Amino acid sequence: MEAIVEKKYTYKDFESDQEVRWCPGCDDYVILRSMQKALPEMGVKKEEVVFVSGIGCSSRFPYYMNTYGMHSIHGRAPGIASGIKLANPKLSVWVMTGDGDAMAIGGNHFIHVLRRNIDLNIVLFNNEIYGLTKGQFSPTSVVGQKTKSSPYGNTQPPFNPGELALGANARFFARIGGNVPKDISQILVEAHKFKGTSLIEVLQNCVIFNDGCYNNITNKDVKEDKQIYLEHGKPMIFGKNRDKGLILNKLKLEVVTIGENGITEADILVHNAKEKDPTMHQMLVRLEYPVATGIIRSFDDVTLEEREDALTKQVKANSKFTKTNDLFFSGEIYMVN
Amino acid sequence: MITEKLKLQPEVLEAVVIRFVGDSGDGMQLTGTQFSDTSAMFGNDIATFPNYPSEIRAPQGSLYGVSGFQVHIGSVEVSTPGDNLDLLVAMNPAGLKTNLYALKPGHTIIVDTDAFNKKNLEKAQYDTNPLEDHSLDNYRVIQVDMTSLTKEALKNVEGLDNKAITRSKNMFALGMVYWMYGRAKEHTIDFFNKKFKTKPHLIESNTKVLNAGYYFAETLELIPNAYTISPAKMPSGTYRVIMGNTATAWGFLAAAEKSGLELFLGSYPITPATDILHEMVKHKHFGVKAFQAEDEIAGIASAIGAAFAGDLAITTTSGPGLALKGEALGLAMIMELPLVVVNVQRGGPSTGLPTKTEQSDLMQAMYGRNGESPVIVIAASTPANCFNFAFQAAKLALEHMTPVILLTDGYIANGSAPWKIQSMEELPEIKNNITKTAYENWQPYTRNEDTLARNWGIPGTPGLEHRIGGLEKDSVTGNVNQAPENHEKMTKIRAEKVKRVQNYIPEIKTEFADSGDLLVVGWGGTYGSLHSAVKQVNLEGYKNIGFAHFNYINPLPKNTEALFKRFKKILVCELNNGQFVNILRMNFNGFEFLQFNKIQGLPFGNNELLDEFKKLVK
Repeated sequence: MEAIVEKKYTYKDFESDQEVRWCPGCDDYVILRSMQKALPEMGVKKEEVVFVSGIGCSSRFPYYMNTYGMHSIHGRAPGIASGIKLANPKLSVWVMTGDGDAMAIGGNHFIHVLRRNIDLNIVLFNNEIYGLTKGQFSPTSVVGQKTKSSPYGNTQPPFNPGELALGANARFFARIGGNVPKDISQILVEAHKFKGTSLIEVLQNCVIFNDGCYNNITNKDVKEDKQIYLEHGKPMIFGKNRDKGLILNKLKLEVVTIGENGITEADILVHNAKEKDPTMHQMLVRLEYPVATGIIRSFDDVTLEEREDALTKQVKANSKFTKTNDLFFSGEIYMVN
Repeated sequence: MITEKLKLQPEVLEAVVIRFVGDSGDGMQLTGTQFSDTSAMFGNDIATFPNYPSEIRAPQGSLYGVSGFQVHIGSVEVSTPGDNLDLLVAMNPAGLKTNLYALKPGHTIIVDTDAFNKKNLEKAQYDTNPLEDHSLDNYRVIQVDMTSLTKEALKNVEGLDNKAITRSKNMFALGMVYWMYGRAKEHTIDFFNKKFKTKPHLIESNTKVLNAGYYFAETLELIPNAYTISPAKMPSGTYRVIMGNTATAWGFLAAAEKSGLELFLGSYPITPATDILHEMVKHKHFGVKAFQAEDEIAGIASAIGAAFAGDLAITTTSGPGLALKGEALGLAMIMELPLVVVNVQRGGPSTGLPTKTEQSDLMQAMYGRNGESPVIVIAASTPANCFNFAFQAAKLALEHMTPVILLTDGYIANGSAPWKIQSMEELPEIKNNITKTAYENWQPYTRNEDTLARNWGIPGTPGLEHRIGGLEKDSVTGNVNQAPENHEKMTKIRAEKVKRVQNYIPEIKTEFADSGDLLVVGWGGTYGSLHSAVKQVNLEGYKNIGFAHFNYINPLPKNTEALFKRFKKILVCELNNGQFVNILRMNFNGFEFLQFNKIQGLPFGNNELLDEFKKLVK
C-alpha cells in the first residue's frame, strides 16, 4: 500500500482557469492573491472550500478560485452560504461581498447571519461606492460625496460596517487595508480558525470611481500614524515611533503620547478581542483617529450548527422513530377490510 | 328548554354534512376535528373544510369573527366537505346568521340558547330573536341552554375559573352530536388524556362536559338516534386521517428516505403554508434540517445552498412569498439545481384573502420570473395525495435537475381525509444525478442524454471543484459564456429538459366518459368538488359527460390534445379568473375552451357546477 501523503498546496492550486477581469490596479487583485496564499496555511482540502458571492465587482471572486463556488444573486449570499453550511458543516464556507451587496440590498440577511453565528466567513470589500453599476453612492459613501447618483453631493449618512455588525451581535470582526496582502492573509487564516461567523472588512480602493478614498489612512507613508493595528493581549500603541496610545477618559477613547504629561506604557489600554461585552469594541470601530484595524473582536460563542447538532442528537436519542414507516404507522391508525 | 318544531323521520343516510360554527375563540376547529377523526376511525369516509377568519380573535359575537368547521361523513365515497348542511351547530347568533343559508330546508339546527341574549343578537344584527320570531319555522331547531348546562356539570370541579367553564361548552355540543350519530366518545377522551396530561382538572372537566352532552341527548330522548351511517366501502388497508399540509411534509420525508439524501427545509412563516414548517421541525429524529429564515428570500436562498451542497432541498410558501422568491428561483433554474418550492395558494392579489382558498397563482408559478425560465409545475388535488405529489415533486427535481413548483391550496392543505398509508416499500425508486467520484473530463454541464439532467457535483467531492452562478453559462463547463449562440442554445436546452418530463409522467385519464358531449376539466385542489358534481350529473341521467383532472401542468401530459378531440365541448373550471384555460388555449389550437370560474375565496359548490353542466348539454 502506498503511504498517504498529505498534499501541501501552494497558492497556484487555488487559481482557476478563468481570466481575472477586474480593472487594472484594483485592490480586489490583492484580496484574491491574499486568499490564494492564505488557503494553504489553513490546512483545508481544496474540495471542502466553497466561495459564495452575490452581485457586484467583489462578487466575481468565486470564478477565480479553483474550489467550489457560486456567484449568486444580489444580496443573498449569506442565505445561500447558510444553507450550504447547515447541509454540510464540514465545509469551509466563504461569503465574498461588497458594501452595496451586504448592507443595501442584502442588509437583512447580513444582520441575521451575524446574529445566528453560523461558522461562516464573510469578506466585505468596502470601497464606499457602487462599481459594477458605474459609480453611484453606496450605504458607506460619506455625506457630500459626489457620485453619478449624487452629482451635488451625497445626502445620505453612511453605515459604519463594524458598528452595524457589532450591533447585530457579530462575534468576530476585523478591519484591514486593501494594500497589505500579508496582513490580509493572516487575518483570513484567523477568521477561518474562528468558530462562528467572522466578518472581515477590507478597506478596498476603487481605482475608477472612488480612487484614493482611503489614501489618508492606508498609504504607506501615513498608515502607521493613522491606523492602530490591534492585537489581542497587546497594548493599544501606534505611530511611526510607537509613541502614541489609547486610554479611556471618562466614556471616550483618547489618544495620548507616551512620555508626555506623565503617560507611560503602563497607562495604555490592552486590547482584549475575546471580551464578551462589545462596548470597547464598539468604541474602537467608531474611532476616526486612529482608524482601528486588525482583529477588533473575536469572542468565542456557541455556533448555530453546534446547537442544532446537540438538539438533533438529543431528539434522536429520545425518539422511537428511526424510519418514516415508524411515523406513518404510529398513533391513531385503523384498518379497513 | 327544548323545542322541536318539526317531527323528524328516522332515516338511514349514506352521507351527512355537519357544520360547527361559533366565535373564533369557541373551539369550533377542535370540535370539528374531533368529530371527523372519530368518524374516520369508525370507518366513514370523510372530508373536512375549516373556515376561519384571518383575525386570531375577532371581536366576540361579531359577524366577521365567526369560525366554522365543516365535515362530510359517509358510508359512500366522500370527495368534498359537502355543499348543503344536514346539521348546523350554532354556538351564537352571529354563527347562525352567517351559516343558515347553507342548511337544507327541514334539517336540524342545534343552538346554545344562552348565547342568544340581547347583546349578541345586536352584534349579529338581528332585530328580533330568530328563536322566537318564527323565521326558523322551516327547520328543526333544537334549543339547548348549553352554557348553563355546562356550568351545572362543572359545579363540583375544582380549579376552574368562569372562562375555563364557558370555554368547554363546545364539548357539550360535541357530546350531543356524538350521540346523535352513534359515535363513541372514547377517542376524544383519549385525546383529553394526552393533551392535558399535566392538567388533570382539565381532563376531568372536558370529559364531564362531553359526557353531559352525550347523556343529555340520550336521556331526554328528545333527539332520536335516527341517523345511522355505516362504514364506507374503501379499499382495504391501514388508514389514518391526515391534513393536506401534513401529507405534504410526509411526502418529503418519504422522498428523502427513498433517495438516501438528507432533507433540508428553508422557510418563512406564511398562512396557509406554515403547518408544513410546523410538521417538518418535529422530525429531527430523521435528521431533518428545518431552517426558519429571516424572510422568504432567505428561505429559498438557504434551500438553494443546501441543494448545491447535496441535500434534498425544499422551500414552502404561499402566493406573496412566491413573488419574493422569484429571482432566487430563476437562479436555481439557470444553475439547474434540484429544488422543490411548495406554494399553498390563497386568495390574492397582494395580501388578498390569507385564510381563503384560490387557484390564482398558476400563472405566477408558470411565468413569475425574469427571462426564459421554465420549471416543472405540478399540483396536488386532495389532502391525501399531497403526500404523493410532494414525493413526486422531489423525485422529478432530483431526476431532472430542475426546480419544481408544487401547488396546493388552502382548501386541501387545511382539509383532512382518510389516507391509506403508503409504506416505503410501495413507493417508487428515486434516482439522482450525483457524481460520486471524479473522472477525466468531468464537466458540471454534461447531460444525461434522455432527461438532459446535468451532473450534480457536490462540494466535498475531490476533483469536481467548479463554479456556477446566475450568469449565462457555457453549455459544457458551466463557466460564464455570454456568446449569442451559446445563450440561445442554453435557453432551448433548459426548455427542452422540462418538456421531456412528459416522457416520465402518466397520461391524463378521463372518468365517467371517455368521449362524448362535454368534458369537464379541472386541476389541483378542485378535484373533490368537480368529481362529485360530474358523478352526480351522470347519475341523474345525463350521459357522455367526462371528467379530466390535471395534476401535471408543466409539462402537460402527452395525450392531452388527443383526449380533447374526443369531446364536443370542453369546460375548464377553476377558482380564478381563467388561468389554466389560457394555458390550454396557448398550447392547443382548434378548440373552443369554455370556462367556469369562481373567485370568492371558497371552493366550488355542487349546485352551481350541476347547473353549469346541465346548461351546456341540454
